[in-house]
Amino acid sequence: MNGKQFRTPLKGALGLGSARQGMHHFVVQRITAAALFLLAPWFVWTVLRLLHLDAAGAHALVAQPCTAVFLLAFVFAVFWHAQLGLQVVIEDYVHTRGTQMALQIAVKFLCFLGGAACALAILKIALGR
Amino acid sequence: MSANARPLSPHIGIYRWQIQMVTSILHRATGIALAAGTILLVVALLALAAGPQAWAGVAAFCGSWIGTILLIGWTWSLAYHWLNGIRHLVQDLGHGFLPATFVRNGWIVTIGSLLLTALVWACVFAQRGGA
Repeated sequence: MNGKQFRTPLKGALGLGSARQGMHHFVVQRITAAALFLLAPWFVWTVLRLLHLDAAGAHALVAQPCTAVFLLAFVFAVFWHAQLGLQVVIEDYVHTRGTQMALQIAVKFLCFLGGAACALAILKIALGR
Repeated sequence: MSANARPLSPHIGIYRWQIQMVTSILHRATGIALAAGTILLVVALLALAAGPQAWAGVAAFCGSWIGTILLIGWTWSLAYHWLNGIRHLVQDLGHGFLPATFVRNGWIVTIGSLLLTALVWACVFAQRGGA
């Protein structure tokens, strides 16, 4: 088509062409979305089951192998999906290079820490006692 | 800079509010809210692993009025992001782009998210009342 009309020399001057890696982000965002389509309703149902349980009952429920595995999968998908989504939001709205880089790295670190803390807690509950 | 006249998008101020932009904005907003909500997920799981005393603290927070308001907000955010996410996945497969279909699906998602939130909290209040 008439593609030249949309190009300016600015792209070349700033070195801001395509990174050629966007497809992977797109695909993983949707794979984790598909996982969460199934896992999110299960998670809500599990939380509702916790309502009438005391601490020991809640501990026993999460310690069940099935619950523990699905919870691990849920946590993994949640933090991966969140990190990909927040990355795009920051790319769209934060235009200062230093701030954007700091925020991007902070999001990756926090999502990893959150996921690791959840995984540790689930494993401790499932393997302990 | 390029001297030719490039096509420009109309500026934000001249847009009339419409369901197409509201669903998009809400998807981002609820996504950010849910990301913040993972803090409670982390705290709750760590508390459950730590013992009954820590778990009682989390349960007390969730039962307090501020905890209840936050949890209702997160329930709606999850319901909305989930339903609208399904709409996005369907669109990724190439369906639902006709304006009339788009508007209809936008309303299904919006009203459906409120119904799902009501359903979940009806369960919660029924159990709280019964306990």
